[in-house]
Amino acid sequence: MTATAERVRQPGETVVRIGPVSGRVRWRQVAVPLGAAVAVVLLSAVSLGRGDYPIGLADVLRSLVGLGEETQEFIVLGLRAPRIAVGALVGVALGVAGALFQTFARNPLASPDVLGITQGASAGAVAAIVLGGTASGLGVPLAALLGALVTGLLLLLLAWRAGIDGYRLVLVGIALWAVAAALVDWLLTRAEIHDAASAYVWITGSLNARSWREAVPLLVALAVLLPVALACSRVLGVVQFGDDTARGLGVRLVSTQALVVLVAVGLTAAAVAAAGPIAYVALVVPQVAVRLTGGPRPPLLASGLLGAVLVVGADLLTRTVLPQALPVGVLTAAVGAPYLLWLLVRGRRRSTL
Amino acid sequence: MTLDAATPTLPRTGTVRLAAESVSLAYDDRVVVRDLDLQLTDGSFTAIVGPNGCGKSTLLRALGRLLRPVSGQVLLDGRAIARTPTREVARVLGLLPQTPVAPEGLTVGDLVARGRHPHQSWLRQWSRDDEAAVAEALTWTDMADLANRPVDELSGGQRQRAWISMALAQGTDLLLLDEPTTYLDLSHQIDVLELVARLHAERGRTVVVVLHDLNLAARYAQRLVAMDDGALVTSGTPEEVLTERLLADVFDLEARIVPDPVTGTPMVVPVRRLR
Repeated sequence: MTATAERVRQPGETVVRIGPVSGRVRWRQVAVPLGAAVAVVLLSAVSLGRGDYPIGLADVLRSLVGLGEETQEFIVLGLRAPRIAVGALVGVALGVAGALFQTFARNPLASPDVLGITQGASAGAVAAIVLGGTASGLGVPLAALLGALVTGLLLLLLAWRAGIDGYRLVLVGIALWAVAAALVDWLLTRAEIHDAASAYVWITGSLNARSWREAVPLLVALAVLLPVALACSRVLGVVQFGDDTARGLGVRLVSTQALVVLVAVGLTAAAVAAAGPIAYVALVVPQVAVRLTGGPRPPLLASGLLGAVLVVGADLLTRTVLPQALPVGVLTAAVGAPYLLWLLVRGRRRSTL
Repeated sequence: MTLDAATPTLPRTGTVRLAAESVSLAYDDRVVVRDLDLQLTDGSFTAIVGPNGCGKSTLLRALGRLLRPVSGQVLLDGRAIARTPTREVARVLGLLPQTPVAPEGLTVGDLVARGRHPHQSWLRQWSRDDEAAVAEALTWTDMADLANRPVDELSGGQRQRAWISMALAQGTDLLLLDEPTTYLDLSHQIDVLELVARLHAERGRTVVVVLHDLNLAARYAQRLVAMDDGALVTSGTPEEVLTERLLADVFDLEARIVPDPVTGTPMVVPVRRLR
């Protein structure tokens, strides 16, 4: 029996059993999130010191503990830290939301970008900017949050037919995306030139001038939704087998589906409200994560942390290397999409999950 | 606990494990099965046969609580299956849908391990029982050497063995299989049915299988249930059910019934389609 039990173990796997707790740990599924977490910390540290006003590492550390010079402390703690925090949190939220959608729908196309949720947020935000007449203030994030949630609920309601079918979800999502995109275009054609310009910056996704006011609500949303998402992880591995097999294995499919969609919509809405629809993070990152960790589905934690790496890294690049300060969304799209293409061309895997 | 402990070694023949009581089934408004009664006893091996579209797969889905009857009810061990927590059902009743799909990149070992899902919890994700059950299921189905291979790289026959291995690891007394031989060549059809027959004979599993091939159904099952147009036509031993009359009535087929030269079970030799 022991001999055969050994054969069940997959390469690179350690079995953990402590009292009633047991599980299988695979080194790639630990190494990738760990590596990503280290990368986020390093990138953030570099990012705190870089920009139009470079600050040395020692001064950055002094500012962080409140011993720095007043100007430096303001730049590090008041300007750069919240910006980096928002970037990292947005990356986590979008990465996890994308992984949830893609696993659940068994379709790598199913990401909040494609399903119209971020577009719905854009419609809300642009409406607030154009119709409200003011380009700043709390109004825009709230309108974006509302737009994303309304689109997400519509998606859930319209795709619902005694449970959710993955294909139906993607088709309904694409239709919702088209409606929201038309709404954005219509609003932009009516807008004053000044409003249109600020609306355009918003819908590209940007971390410019983000403060703790954006970071704190996002952190609260993540603190609530992330544990729920991680708790769903085990069931998602079975849901991925298709409805009949999953129910045969004792999964309460309908409530699981509803919960997963609601959590993913919530994460997306919170992220988009804070930084606008930063493109392709939710689409690309889970696919990168699944190829790095191996295995049959995008791992949630690794997707979240790699999302943070992408957003924080892209933000650092836009502020330092590139001659003009671009919105971060431009770079995530420009870097993320070709990287996915490269993985697709190189790998043996088909495009399906 | 090994699989043996979970498996009834002595079939308590006669006890009804799974029953349909005047069950009617419909997809949206289209009624597929009307007022059907069926009892499946412990340790039996039943094959449901019938022409395409007669409702046999639909009936199997209802027996496996995948489809809720519009009227009537399905009873598992005397309890309404619709009101039993699905996790509890999953520890007693396993099912293999027609052409199940495994996610790309999933290994055979991981697929079989998923069969333990109803026995696991968030904290207890891989107990010794789980590991032992999976190891034994892999060995028993001769899949241990392929445990680290992705399911999508296997041949059709091997893939079906992997799924049956998963159902075995689930450790349920009852096993429902929907056309497990679809898309397989004849030798692999035999291979899969031999495996299912061994599950029945050596593991004491109560097996219900939907099959198209009447000769194979007659050879492996102890009891045949013939359906036509959403109703149960007749049920009994293969000899009782497979008659020239029934083939004409249910399958519109003129045929001779001869004894199978290997097993002696009835064998259908088609002559021509009637009408």
